Amino acid sequence: MPSVLLTENFDKVVRRWLMTVQDYALFCWQTIANVFRTPHYWSDIFTQSDLIGVGSVPIVVLTGFFTGGVLALQSAASLAQFGAQAYTGRFVSLSMIRELAPVLTGLMVSGRNASGMASELGSMVVTEQIDAMRALGTDPMKKLVTPRMISTVVALFLLTVIADTLGTAGGASVAVFISHLDGAQYFSSAYQALVYSDIIQGLTKPLVFGFIIATIGCYKGMRTTGGTQGVGRSTTQAVVISSVLIIFSDFLISRVMLWLFPPL
Amino acid sequence: MTETASPSPFASTADPLACVPDSPLCFQDVSLRFGARTLLDSISFTLRPGETRILLGLAGMGKSVLLKLANGLIRPDSGEIFLFGQSIATMPEPALLNLRRRTGMIFQESALFDSLTVRDNVAWQLIERGISNEVIDRRVHRALSFVDLDDTFSLYPPSLSGGMRRRVSIARAIIDKPDLILYDSPTGGLDPVTSHTINELVIKERDAYKTPAILVTHRLQDAFTMVTHRFDHDANAMVPLPRGSFDPLTSFMVLHESHLLFDGSTDELLSSKDPFLKDFLA
Repeated sequence: MPSVLLTENFDKVVRRWLMTVQDYALFCWQTIANVFRTPHYWSDIFTQSDLIGVGSVPIVVLTGFFTGGVLALQSAASLAQFGAQAYTGRFVSLSMIRELAPVLTGLMVSGRNASGMASELGSMVVTEQIDAMRALGTDPMKKLVTPRMISTVVALFLLTVIADTLGTAGGASVAVFISHLDGAQYFSSAYQALVYSDIIQGLTKPLVFGFIIATIGCYKGMRTTGGTQGVGRSTTQAVVISSVLIIFSDFLISRVMLWLFPPL
Repeated sequence: MTETASPSPFASTADPLACVPDSPLCFQDVSLRFGARTLLDSISFTLRPGETRILLGLAGMGKSVLLKLANGLIRPDSGEIFLFGQSIATMPEPALLNLRRRTGMIFQESALFDSLTVRDNVAWQLIERGISNEVIDRRVHRALSFVDLDDTFSLYPPSLSGGMRRRVSIARAIIDKPDLILYDSPTGGLDPVTSHTINELVIKERDAYKTPAILVTHRLQDAFTMVTHRFDHDANAMVPLPRGSFDPLTSFMVLHESHLLFDGSTDELLSSKDPFLKDFLA
C-alpha cells in the first residue's frame, strides 16, 4: 500500500514538473515571438536597461575586480613553486574571460534582478494589476516581460565585458603591487593567451544567462499565487532556479564550445 | 432554480435567441469549475443596451469570477459568452485585447498601477494609442473632474485614500467612453460616507451616459440605493426617486450555490417567495 501511494505521489510530482516545464517553454516562446510583434515598448526597454544594467554596475565592478585579484593571488603562489609566475596573467585572463566573469556576473545580476522582477510582477499579479492591464487591452507579456528580457540580455553582455576588464585589472594590481611581478609581462601574457574562441565563449554565455535571468524572474512573478506569502516564495524560487540554471547552462555551453573550438 | 417572471423585460432564458444582436453581453449555459468545486453552473443571462444589472450574492459565490468571465479574463469550462455580439469563450487573447478596450472595469481593490501617477493611470488607454500629451491631459482632467479628483493629477496611488483610489479607477474605466462597464464591489471595504460618494458616481455615470453595466456587490444597501435614486444634474447630486418607484433600467441577479437563483426586476425581487432570497433580503 505505501509503495502504491509513493508511486501515485511520484506520478503527480513528475506530471506537475513536466507541466511547469511545458508552461515555461511556451512562456519563453511567447517572449521571443513578441520581439517581432508590435507594439514595441521602447521606453520600457530603456527604463529596464537603466535599472538592470546601470544599477548593477557597482556590484559587477567590485565582484570582477576582487575575483581577478584573488585569482592572481592564488595562482601566483602556486605558479611560484614551479618558477612559472610569469604565467599569472595568462591564468587570470583565461579564467576570467572564459568562465568567471560571465558566471559571477550572471549570479550577481540574478540575485539582484531575477528577485526584483519576480517580486514586482508577483505583487502586480496579487493586487490584480496584471488583470487590470489585460482589461485595459494591453498584453502584459509585451509590456512587461519582453522589455525585461531584451534589457537583461543586452545589459548582461555589457556587464560581462566590464567584469572581464575589471577582473584583468584586479589581477594586474595584485600581480604588480603584492606579487611584485612586471606589469608589462602580466598584460603581455594575458593578451597572448587569448584566442577568438575564448572571447566567443565568454561573450556567448551572458546572452544565454541574461535570457535565463529575465524569463525565470518574470515567469515566477507572473505565475505567483497565494498573496504576499506567494510573492516571497516566487522571489526566492526565481533566484534559486535562475542561479542553478546559470551553472547548468554554463556547463552545457562550455561543452559545446570545446566541441566547436577544440583546444590546439 | 432560477426564478424568472415572464413580464420582466430582463427575463433570462437559455434560448440562444435571447442574445439579441445589440446586446453588449450575453451568457449562455456558462459553467466554471475550480478543481473539484463547481463555482458557476449553467449561468445564462442577457444584458440589454442601457441596462444596469446588480449582481448580488454571498461572499465566495463567484460574483467577481463572473465579472472576469464577462470580458475574457477567465475562460469558461463550457457554455458561450457573447461580448458585443462576438463569442469570447475560445477567442484568442490578441483579439480579446481589442474587444476589452471597449469595456471599462473597476476592480475590487482598484488595481491602480502603483509606479505610475494618477494622470498616467487614468490615461493608460490613451497613452497606448499614442494620443498627443495635450489631448491626454485635457481628457484626464475631464475624467478626474467627473469623479471630483482633479487635484490628484500628479499624485501617485499609494498617497491616496481607499475611496480616492476607487474614484481614480472609475475615472480610468470611463475615460475612453466604454460600451460596457463592469464594477467589482466598488464600495467594498469603504466607510459609509465614501460608499455614498462612490454610489453617487455610479448613478451619475448610469444616468449621464446610459452605459450598460454590471455591478457586483454583497451590500444590499448599496444595491437598493442604485435602484431608488437618480442623478440630478442641476443639483450635481443623487436624489431619491418618488417613494415606491425604482429605476426601470436597473435590475437584479442573485448568485447562490453556483446557480443564478434570481434574475429580474426590483419588484420581482422584493415579492419573491424563495426562502433564501427572503432571508437574504431580511
